[in-house]
Amino acid sequence: MAYSDKVIDHYTNPRNVGTLDKSSHKVGTGLVGAPECGDVMRLQIQVDDNNMITDAKFKTFGCGSAIASSSLATEWLKGKSIDDAMKIDNMDIVEELALPPVKIHCSVLAEDAIKAAINDFRVKNGMAPIESEKVHH
Amino acid sequence: MNLPIYLDNNATTPMDPRVLEAMLPYFTQKFGNAASRNHPFGWVAEEGVDYAREQVAKLIGATEKEIIFTSGATESDNLAIKGLFEMYKEKGNHIITTVTEHKAVLDACKHVEKLGGRVTYLPVKEDGILDLALLEEAMTSETILVSVMYGNNEIGVIQPIKEIAAIAHKYGALFMTDAVQAVGKIPVNVITDGIDLLALSAHKIYGPKGVGALYVRRKGPRVKVTAQMDGGGHERGMRSGTLNVPGIVGLGKACELCQQEMESEAKRLSALRDRLQSSLLELEESYVNGNVEHRLPHVANISFKYVEGEGLMMAMKDLAVSSGSACTSASLEPSYVLKSLGLSDDLAHSSIRFGLGRFTTEEEVDYAIEVTKKSVLHLRELSPLWEMFKEGIDLDSIEWAEH
Repeated sequence: MAYSDKVIDHYTNPRNVGTLDKSSHKVGTGLVGAPECGDVMRLQIQVDDNNMITDAKFKTFGCGSAIASSSLATEWLKGKSIDDAMKIDNMDIVEELALPPVKIHCSVLAEDAIKAAINDFRVKNGMAPIESEKVHH
Repeated sequence: MNLPIYLDNNATTPMDPRVLEAMLPYFTQKFGNAASRNHPFGWVAEEGVDYAREQVAKLIGATEKEIIFTSGATESDNLAIKGLFEMYKEKGNHIITTVTEHKAVLDACKHVEKLGGRVTYLPVKEDGILDLALLEEAMTSETILVSVMYGNNEIGVIQPIKEIAAIAHKYGALFMTDAVQAVGKIPVNVITDGIDLLALSAHKIYGPKGVGALYVRRKGPRVKVTAQMDGGGHERGMRSGTLNVPGIVGLGKACELCQQEMESEAKRLSALRDRLQSSLLELEESYVNGNVEHRLPHVANISFKYVEGEGLMMAMKDLAVSSGSACTSASLEPSYVLKSLGLSDDLAHSSIRFGLGRFTTEEEVDYAIEVTKKSVLHLRELSPLWEMFKEGIDLDSIEWAEH
């Protein structure tokens, strides 16, 4: 199976690899997946006083598509409000990276990581977490 | 040095040019049907087949009448297991095999179960080797066949074939081996090993794809299998179908070359493999899978912890290797062979199989070492698990959300 150029680009030059201080109340961390399943994503956001995401970092254990999905997610998160970020849909990632059906779970994981990071931030700052009612494809 | 580098010789091998040369006349000039008994075209084709039969037989210590040509090892495995069950089911309905067999054996056994057979799938030890005491315990008076592969395709582990055959025979059962990975790489002898049926394939030994053979013992005891394909009664009635003469000639030549070069080649390859392995083990948290003493000379299966195999293969894009991680399958299940060694799923997902071959050079191995090391380090920089490990966090203490 051949990877799309965009997956290869994100995989070869991953954006925003790194770690933010997870103990800071301005940082939200989402850790999703499981080593047994072959993919684990950690996505972190830095949020300012206006609930805008000023920075995003990731680290991912997984295949090329999983790494690319999380790299792309960090790009999309920067500059968004946490409310807008909550609206990022896994199918947008699938489309942008031209992921084949067998790799859709990588985009689902990225969406889960975004939501987990935002909810972590919300809970830390006295807001209720937002439950996702979406059924994944 | 040309890129990419091929290090997946357990999947298939490039054809040796000497094999191709031997085959060529049989496509255009010596094109006859080996079953045409009444004109020179048939005789010439038959001569080619007969010669190949001798070459194949010689490599495994058999006689030429014991060689049945097939379309490959999958067919040989199917013919052996299903054909034997059909032939001997009055005598007993029990077959014993192991969980690390190739799918061709496992699925043929599953088929036999549907026909009323009973199959025992024995586990293997942590190093991939079958526990002989377990085998002996599993033997019954109903056992008609024990089928254990010679060398494993994923980890290269070599089973104690002689001892396994002796146990099978002690209880009156026949012994079959899928020797696809072993034949031509290490000495295999059906007489001294006590093998009653043996499956082999041409494309794993620098021959063409689409041709293989099944050895069926003729003496002490005389073994018979029921044909699984009906037709003209070729191959002593056990495998009908016009013989693939060029393929068979190629298989024969491939066997002859292996016989001549196996000894020196095994030495060369194991030295190269050991160099690759010891260099890669310099990386922290890397482990060899399977027994390293009883192992095919050209294989090394290594897990690089905290790095996912498929992602790693993508980083090593100039290396053609294989991973035990199956991230593309719907189940996300890693290799069943690695799991049966007791490897945790995450370590199985982190494995890479390096398979060296006749055309692998020292320069290529050195390049592979460099690229692999660089890729593992790069991906560990990206890996949250590596970071946690470095921080001393016990990954087992985390409640992962399995998906």
